[in-house]
Amino acid sequence: MSSLSTQSKVANWDVSGAAGALYRRGSLVRGVAALLFAVLWVVPLLWTIATAFRDPRDPVSSGLISTAPPSLASFATAWNSAPFPTYYVNTVIIVGGILIVQLVTITLAGYAFGRLQFPGKSVLFALFLLQMMLPASALIVPNYETIRALNLIDTRLAIMLPAFVSGFGTFLMTQTFRALPREFEEAARIDGANSWQVLRHVYFALSRPAIVAFGVVSVCYHWNDFLWPLIVTNTPASRPLTVGLATFTQSSESGQDWQLIMAGTLLTTFPLLIGFFAFQRRFISSFIQSGLR
Amino acid sequence: MRDSLTVNSSAVPPPVARRGRISWSAYLYLLPSLVFMVAFSLWPALEAAYQSLFRLNLLNPDHSFIGLGNYIALASQPLFWQVLRNTFVFSLGTMPISVALALVFALLLNRRLPLIGLYRTAIFYPAVLPMISAAAIWSFLYVPSYGLIDRFLTSFGGAQINWLGDASTALLAVIVTTIWKQAGYYMIFFLAGLQGISAEVLEAAELDGANLFESLRSITLPLLMPTTVFVTTVSLIASVQAVDQVYLMTQGGPDNSTNTFLYFLFQTAFTNWDTGQAAALTVILLLALFLMSWLNYRSLDRFTHYE
Repeated sequence: MSSLSTQSKVANWDVSGAAGALYRRGSLVRGVAALLFAVLWVVPLLWTIATAFRDPRDPVSSGLISTAPPSLASFATAWNSAPFPTYYVNTVIIVGGILIVQLVTITLAGYAFGRLQFPGKSVLFALFLLQMMLPASALIVPNYETIRALNLIDTRLAIMLPAFVSGFGTFLMTQTFRALPREFEEAARIDGANSWQVLRHVYFALSRPAIVAFGVVSVCYHWNDFLWPLIVTNTPASRPLTVGLATFTQSSESGQDWQLIMAGTLLTTFPLLIGFFAFQRRFISSFIQSGLR
Repeated sequence: MRDSLTVNSSAVPPPVARRGRISWSAYLYLLPSLVFMVAFSLWPALEAAYQSLFRLNLLNPDHSFIGLGNYIALASQPLFWQVLRNTFVFSLGTMPISVALALVFALLLNRRLPLIGLYRTAIFYPAVLPMISAAAIWSFLYVPSYGLIDRFLTSFGGAQINWLGDASTALLAVIVTTIWKQAGYYMIFFLAGLQGISAEVLEAAELDGANLFESLRSITLPLLMPTTVFVTTVSLIASVQAVDQVYLMTQGGPDNSTNTFLYFLFQTAFTNWDTGQAAALTVILLLALFLMSWLNYRSLDRFTHYE
């Protein structure tokens, strides 16, 4: 395997003659262009980091580069002037709660669509398709009425409820379960497993890659969600990080102090960023799957 | 042979018969999903259509049936048309450029290159950020005088510009932020599409004397057509729902120059508390989204045979 890839590498680099020259020249242009775009794309994040870690006694308005050593003062001030700990707890509960319920609903629905025969199957499947064309952000008005009627305004449950069903997750599970050999289920049944055990120990346990892909996409999506949590919450007690950051940015606590705002932005973002930088391949392949439905 | 067959069929029913068997328990498995789907997707869509026919304003106790009155009231507001125009400009500004950039990035970062992994990370990471964080970061970049963009431009002798405070530049500034946030996300679909094109076909074309642009035009781009259609639709659907960046960066201003569809709907519902008109806007948005998804499926059907 490794010798094969080395061989093709060598073969590729050894392109001779006009085509080789073209390829090498092309790759130089390509390298320069890629470098330029990458730098352009990374500068906003680097500038955010530099500003957040800058000593507040040498404010960002005084000059581009600070001569003072980096400082955590802006993070401390931001952390203490807005209820960031509460926002963190809320975000983790909301994102985790959504994922757990989704895993149950999509596993059950995926099993029904992927393995069972029943009247009205194609109509129900079409309903899931239709649901994917009705995005939650377009339904904020009627859903707000529902949440108000349920007396759930300003609760974390209100933020979670509309996300408990996932069309994407259902399709992913349907495809994954369909591809599993029936023999696994048959063997488990012969061993006396009931339906719940078959779902849990055969289907769910053997679909780890799909479940991880779904989990990554679901966590990112709901960690970043803003409009719906903004609408159904009134107090920090139920607000997630995104709403907290927006409130903080526009409030007097931040006083339009950009060093505080950039520190708050990093506080809101860094768990996802660290996760992404650590598990890049996993993230990217999960995101690709979320598109190919 | 015969023996094993009989043993087999006595232990478990043969696959054919089992596959045809109706499992009534399927409805039980679908129940949790269906409950939430009906409660928070299907029923609300119908509810919005119904409510859009009534006068439902917090300030007005009269909740009578007014037919298409809410739609007519919207159409008679100049602001509604400005919002449509803004949304159109926003879509036209974000969609083609994001998709084109994503394609360029994918072409640049498809074949082996020193530091390629680092470049891919650098382009893709904004997709993982919350839009609200991206908006905060860019609001700071746009700050007059000591924002990075103004510093850069004035160092070349450019004039100072209040990007987000000027009605002629604010929408452009929001568009640029959106492109930066999503181009890397679309890139990964083109990268996946490019993986499916065999190197031999491209090498054969190269041997036949095709230059880079010829093989791009007659091989790579046609084979990427399904990906392009998909990414374009996703981008279009995202652009009519853009709202987080507007909320944080401009609040729709100045002078409603960045007031786009979903932000206008949000204002109508939760600032003016005109539920009737907000329901009418919901119906318009749902119809538009539905049309886009349908066009996507149709064109995907048309183009898939290339794959």
